[in-house]
Amino acid sequence: MTAMSTRGFARLASGAAGTNFGYLDEQTKRMIRRAILKAVAIPGYQVPFASREMPMPYGWGTGGVQVTAAVLGPADVLKVIDQGSDDTTNAVSIRQFFARTSGIATTTSTAAASVIQTRHRIPEHRLKEGQVLVYQVPIPEPLRFLEPRETETRRMHALSEYGLMHVKLYEDIARHGHIATTYAYPVQVAGRYVMDPSPTPKFDNPKMDDCPALQLFGAGRERRIYAVPPYTRVRSLEFEDHPFTVQRFDRPCALCGAADTYLDEVVTDDRGGRIFVCSDTDHCEERRAAGHRGEAA
Amino acid sequence: MALAAAALAPGFRDPVPDAQGTFRAVMEALARPGSLQRLATLPAVPEPLPPELAAIALALADHEAPLWLDVRLAAAPAVVDWLRFHSGAPVVADPASAAFALIADPAACPPLEAFARGTPDYPDRSATLVLAVAELTTAHGLILEGPGIRGRALLGAAPLPNDFAQRLERNRAGFPLGVDHLLVASGRVAGLPRTTRILGVA
Repeated sequence: MTAMSTRGFARLASGAAGTNFGYLDEQTKRMIRRAILKAVAIPGYQVPFASREMPMPYGWGTGGVQVTAAVLGPADVLKVIDQGSDDTTNAVSIRQFFARTSGIATTTSTAAASVIQTRHRIPEHRLKEGQVLVYQVPIPEPLRFLEPRETETRRMHALSEYGLMHVKLYEDIARHGHIATTYAYPVQVAGRYVMDPSPTPKFDNPKMDDCPALQLFGAGRERRIYAVPPYTRVRSLEFEDHPFTVQRFDRPCALCGAADTYLDEVVTDDRGGRIFVCSDTDHCEERRAAGHRGEAA
Repeated sequence: MALAAAALAPGFRDPVPDAQGTFRAVMEALARPGSLQRLATLPAVPEPLPPELAAIALALADHEAPLWLDVRLAAAPAVVDWLRFHSGAPVVADPASAAFALIADPAACPPLEAFARGTPDYPDRSATLVLAVAELTTAHGLILEGPGIRGRALLGAAPLPNDFAQRLERNRAGFPLGVDHLLVASGRVAGLPRTTRILGVA
């Protein structure tokens, strides 16, 4: 699956000299741009858009790619991450796709990027004003697993009828003694719409709140775009007696020694050896370049 | 003959980057109310169409996104022809069916209730009003608060309807329904999305 998809991807991208800047045609870009503007004006609300076929399968970030393609200009510097990493197949493919179809500069540095497309992580490095963070979203509707009918979820959003969401979190507490949801943890944006932050670990939820960067979300298969403007309140749902908390790790990163980052488990041998390292590879490399060392480095 | 010549006058010099740059400025303006964003490339336009309105129409309007023109613009056939030719957008007489309203005489802007404000299920099906003002400043004016604003911001524009602040407050009170505003002058654009609160004047 992986090899087949990336081959097709590379073939199309390499023959892309004849495509428009950023691959999409101008009419499609205008349609997506109009959806983005309304998404920014109505924070957390899911704007329907006419998602296009992209030269990659659904599930590989077609929503994020379309949003990025509509936003990018010749002066932009693009970073793409997949679970925090700049060098996985998905991240490399999307970065090359835009380098070839628009000729723009790419980077792995969070600070140097003007547009960052992400699958399921928010960089550890604090984002700044003027940056745009584009999320790839598989299922944009936070109420979908509770109510399968789109007509109903749309009505629930219209009426701010979010009791069901709290019931779901309460069932977590009843069953596990605590809220067991660890990713795609629902948030309320600017005190109104409940939104799926995409399957980021809930560790990243606090970074969405009062963020200086503009956050855009694209769901290709589900055909929705939504947004969180800069400096906007993003509150994770919680109960008074069960406040929202993030994951804590009981050890620092084995490579850079950071104690405040989200860690991935990496199996190092076939005898059960494992280390925990920063999921954000750029952040980890920057720290090591600055002289920080973990126990495995 | 004059009309045909006007219709053939060029739009954006380089349509792909010019449309992108214009969109990006508008996106930043709506994402950061109280900031002024530069519209880098403005097309040559037939009188009395302000070039900033023209740039936004070319960047964002098309056959799926109709334009409504205020009385001053609608009275100029050269403007209507130019916009139709370059954007491909229908120019509608009923403000309620417009995606973008181009307003060259902002003091005479119709009440916001005349425009589409969306529905409870689809609040995005609402108009964006683009007002060409003479002055646009962040040194004084309305005191703004809300999403996109760090603390508070100022935005001053003139001329505007006398009850503009009250209109904005009424608009915000109807959230998530409402219209969104763009104000343009001298190659700059400012955004006032429906989420922005007006706290007073400074």
